[in-house]
Amino acid sequence: MALDEGKDVKGGHDAREYDHQGPFRHVGTRPDRPDGVDKVTGRAHFGADAYAPGMLHAAILRSPHAHARILKIDTSRAEALEGVKAVVTRADFAEGLEGEDWNILENIMAGEKALYDGHAVAAVAATSKFIARDALALIEVEYEILPHVTDVDEAMQPGAPVIREGAAEPGLPEGMHPNVVRYHESGHGDVEAGFAEADLVIQRHFATEATHQGYIEPHACLAQMGPDGRGDLWCTTQGHWNVQKLCASLLGVEASAIRVTASEIGGGFGGKTTVFIEPVAMALARKSGRPVKLVMSREEVFRASGPTSSASMDVRIGMKKDGTMTAAEGTFRLQGGAFPYAPMEFTAMCAFACYDLKHVRQRGFDVMTNRPKQAAYRAPGSPMAAFAVESVVDELCQKLGLDPIEVRLKNAAREGTRASYGPTYPRIGLVETLEAARAHPHYSAPLGPNQGRGIACGFWFNYGGETSVTLALSMDGTVQIAVGTPDIGGSRASMALMAAEELGIPYEDIRVTIADTASLGFNEISHGSRVTYASGLAVIKAARDAKRKLIARAADKWGIDPEAVEWRDGAAWPAGDNAGSFEPLTIREICAEMGATGGPIAGHYEATPEGAGVSFATHIVDAELDPETGKVTILRYTVVQDAGKAVHPSYVEGQFQGGAAQGIGWALNEEYIYGEDGRLQNPGFLDYRIPVASDLPMIDTVIVEVPNPGHPYGVRGVGETSICPPLAAVANAVSNAAGVRLRQLPMRPARILEALEAQTDGEG
Amino acid sequence: MSMVHVSARVNGDPVEFLCDSRETLLDVLRDRLALTGAKEGCGTGDCGACSVIFNGRLVASCLVLGAEAEGAEIETIEGMADGEKLHPLQQKIIAHAALQCGICTPGILIAAKALLAKNPDPDEETIRYWLAGNLCRCTGYDKIIRAIQDAAAEMREEA
Amino acid sequence: MQYLKPASFEEAVAMAGEAHGDVRFLAGGTDLLVRMRMGAVPDVLIDLKHIPGVYDIERTENGGWRIGVAVPGAELTEHAGLRADWPGVVEAVGLIGSTQVQGRATPVGNLANASPAADSVPALIAAGAEVEVLGPGGRRRVAVGDIPAGPGRTRLAQGEVISALYLPPRAAHGGDAYQRFIPRTEMDIAVVGCAVSLSRDGNVITEARVALGAMAPTALMVEEAASALVGTTLGEEALEALSEAASAAGRPIDDKRGTAKFRRHVAGVLARRVALVAYERAGDAK
Ligand SMILES: Cc1cc2nc3c(=O)[nH]c(=O)nc-3n(C[C@H](O)[C@H](O)[C@H](O)COP(=O)(O)OP(=O)(O)OC[C@H]3O[C@@H](n4cnc5c(N)ncnc54)[C@H](O)[C@@H]3O)c2cc1C
Ligand code: FES
Ligand code: FES
Repeated sequence: MALDEGKDVKGGHDAREYDHQGPFRHVGTRPDRPDGVDKVTGRAHFGADAYAPGMLHAAILRSPHAHARILKIDTSRAEALEGVKAVVTRADFAEGLEGEDWNILENIMAGEKALYDGHAVAAVAATSKFIARDALALIEVEYEILPHVTDVDEAMQPGAPVIREGAAEPGLPEGMHPNVVRYHESGHGDVEAGFAEADLVIQRHFATEATHQGYIEPHACLAQMGPDGRGDLWCTTQGHWNVQKLCASLLGVEASAIRVTASEIGGGFGGKTTVFIEPVAMALARKSGRPVKLVMSREEVFRASGPTSSASMDVRIGMKKDGTMTAAEGTFRLQGGAFPYAPMEFTAMCAFACYDLKHVRQRGFDVMTNRPKQAAYRAPGSPMAAFAVESVVDELCQKLGLDPIEVRLKNAAREGTRASYGPTYPRIGLVETLEAARAHPHYSAPLGPNQGRGIACGFWFNYGGETSVTLALSMDGTVQIAVGTPDIGGSRASMALMAAEELGIPYEDIRVTIADTASLGFNEISHGSRVTYASGLAVIKAARDAKRKLIARAADKWGIDPEAVEWRDGAAWPAGDNAGSFEPLTIREICAEMGATGGPIAGHYEATPEGAGVSFATHIVDAELDPETGKVTILRYTVVQDAGKAVHPSYVEGQFQGGAAQGIGWALNEEYIYGEDGRLQNPGFLDYRIPVASDLPMIDTVIVEVPNPGHPYGVRGVGETSICPPLAAVANAVSNAAGVRLRQLPMRPARILEALEAQTDGEG
Repeated sequence: MSMVHVSARVNGDPVEFLCDSRETLLDVLRDRLALTGAKEGCGTGDCGACSVIFNGRLVASCLVLGAEAEGAEIETIEGMADGEKLHPLQQKIIAHAALQCGICTPGILIAAKALLAKNPDPDEETIRYWLAGNLCRCTGYDKIIRAIQDAAAEMREEA
Repeated sequence: MQYLKPASFEEAVAMAGEAHGDVRFLAGGTDLLVRMRMGAVPDVLIDLKHIPGVYDIERTENGGWRIGVAVPGAELTEHAGLRADWPGVVEAVGLIGSTQVQGRATPVGNLANASPAADSVPALIAAGAEVEVLGPGGRRRVAVGDIPAGPGRTRLAQGEVISALYLPPRAAHGGDAYQRFIPRTEMDIAVVGCAVSLSRDGNVITEARVALGAMAPTALMVEEAASALVGTTLGEEALEALSEAASAAGRPIDDKRGTAKFRRHVAGVLARRVALVAYERAGDAK
């Protein structure tokens, strides 16, 4: 989510759009995705699959130091190398930028200081990859090494090295270290009074490590820029309009000078919502006058593209013996690298969003460290909050001898509940997910020795954002839809289904294209689970716009009022007997004549839908512990989530499963490991351990459908909530399997073993 | 620069190329033979996105030098469908929605094909371990396993 | 980088002798290409895969095995005869990397790469394997355990190449086994690896070799662990002694893959588990 733009992200927006209660003909079916054949034959073109005549290959020189002043950069020897066509440094980018644009420029090319291991300091374009790499070795950089800090708690301590003076926003509490740059506080009621009503109050400290989105496709682009200052950029991104805006700003040109085409995208999860290499490639293209291809290595992806924040958290919750939660309070410190905007307010706002609380207060601190600039990762900020809060809720249930689902049902937020972060919820589906989880056979299945079951809930706001869609009709009545949101996980299929539903035509008659920035109005990034919701809503509205026009043509032809025409089964029909007696006009018939009856027909939608509809999930997981080695195996996993309305259920299930898998990785093995020297020690898939096929069980899914009042079909975003519960669910399962509770992630074997030992020592 | 001359067969067709001795087979396929179906997810053998069949063995093409391909038989994703007709694995991957972004898909298909050639009826665990070197970050693998088992069943019936 | 394809080991040695700079032999390339990707490109690369016989797995006259230096893991693990004789060696080789890596990676490359965590090396040491080394000074046979000198360093002299791997004949009523500890189920480098090879007379262990990986700068034989087994029927006492000896062995370090303390603990756990498997196998063996 684009925090930087200061947008108000609220789940409680009261936009009433829900008008199609079904039955649906297309929505809810599972047709093959339109781009399926391209993707299984190798024909689909991803970021690194573009080539241009005369193309150069670029490479980036990166700082080996976590924190260093750049005293001098001498590029002359690199420039002299045969085959080198351009070398750029910070001097080749715009000056005088402010705010987040300046931050992004500073991140993609260091200015006065290198701020983290992997920070770009210069870049080369040459006639081959090998020459480009050789040239990097010839660039001489003189560094003055500065003390560094990579841990969030240490960065807040007095005496910690200052990342950047004056970066703090006004309004911070007194006495904060300059690395603390933003503060958030929200809630309602009187928490101390609430705690006084409790029979048991538990306060615990939690920590989570930074994880990476881990998309399999590295960042890649192909840039061209002529001497006229006009350019073309092909790149893998979740939001090409944002890339266009940022490249223009960082290069000091007008947005319209750069046309950005989004390639097929090999995963993003939030991490491809900003720019890393694109402006660098553009600058090299501008300087060399040649097309420039720039592809990150996996190591660069880990060192220099957005991981998520690491977090240090304190959570305190009070409960009565009957399970009623009386008050909750949390403090969430997130580091987001050497720049502001760690998503700490989301952490704070999501923390208690599942519960109906009279007294609740949450605080967030945004802290800078010598790490790469964090980027959004699936429900940014929320999973760590759920880890802390759902762990404490679980511990309260254990101590009070209560069933964890019953307790959650008792306290669950419902329609009309005042959310912990302010608004009053419209219709939401948390209770339904809990009830479905309780009824699921998984919840009551027997467990073996050393096995434990955990459950946890999770929440995400979801998001709308600027959206443009064009739906053009062909002469033969087939439909071409241009959307601005790259298809990361089957969204073309969902768009086509919704258009088919509205127009009453076959799914196969619709082609969905991702338009470039020169061909459609502005579109927000594909993030915040907004694609099916916002682009989908836009497709429906564009289809309705087209339908109005089709109806008008039929009405014209029949010489009756458009009000007397209705659209059904892909055709215009006279509405009732009074309208007159005419044979229905099919979409094909109307389109065949469109030239003569008033010209081309297209539907449009340009707006910023705001009723994204919050989404909740409940996960159940069984884990087995090897008590001798501390190794945890996930035996069984069930995701229950509210999708509002599942447009293409297979892809909804896929989102649920993918989020759960990422969450399991975060819980058990994934982490950024920094050495004493501030260097990242595991920038590769061998030691940054994402789950492999043999690590996971089948992941069962239950789609709950509580319609979102803010969407015509009731759709809610589904992409993000699924990563929120697993951290806590797995920790709760481990706690039940091992009798020890881990409050620090990842729960690597050595950590579990230490906890087991500490427990035995404690008993002995 | 020392260039190496290589002749090989790719998907049954003879190919010839000159490559830098440092170039990997993956580089050659993509940059010199315009076969971009094999992807680079890591370049260090960890992700399987670059999987190809090399002289009958499943390999990571990022861990083979272009120069080593002299005389080799190479199968890539581009050769998997028979003209218009998709391989059953390709059909089932689509039918089961066993891909989201699709970047891992070519590698998974090639690996699965190699598996079914060796074992026409693999159980879930066999498939999971066989595919442990094919990372997929999107799907959680569930639908991939189902699609492969379904394709295997169909292929057993056809055989 | 110069890429060369000798037709014999003698030619390979000669090529290495004439070459300047960093000279490397290429087997499966699964270590070498990763190193090259990280920037360590040799000046001369000598590909051994065109030498006749490098893909062969043969019985030797004495009833052992000779394995060619280019035989990849996939080939080795499919070999029924080897599997029957040296199941522990085969399972150790089979653990190296993914199916894709198995399609290329060789045990000799695993050995010559000299990673302390190499999976096949403890199993080969426990099995008493040897390699044939050819160099400017002639031909010699070397115990596998004498090849690694430290992380990334071997005791091979300049220009020496390994020309074959030899496994001894399996002892009557002998069995071997290998296991490693990794955080995931696959695709990780061993935090600790443990191999046990033993022979039985009835229920009594008559001979044993225990080797550990990732507990010291090289894989190491643990005599104390072996002697804890010999003469016993692998009862709880023997297992406890074995476990303690394994935990006490070597000089493990703290690194990103695990702490020294954790390594010591897991070495003890693994040694027990592996000994039990080897003991079973020896019992089943003829
Ligand atoms: C993704 C991945 C996962 C891996 N997982 C594991 C694992 O789980 N366990 C493990 O142990 N290893 C693992 N490895 C490392 C590697 O695969 C093994 O070490 C492998 O056995 C190396 O064999 P190779 O034939 O590929 O060696 P090469 O890369 O060809 O060679 C390795 C080294 O040995 C030298 N060499 C090779 N042959 C000879 C010879 N005949 N004479 C003298 N020197 C020679 C080479 O010059 C080079 O220095 C992994 C690697 C990758 C890429
Ligand atoms: S690119 Fe070859 S394994 Fe990842
Ligand atoms: S579908 Fe995206 S990585 Fe597998």
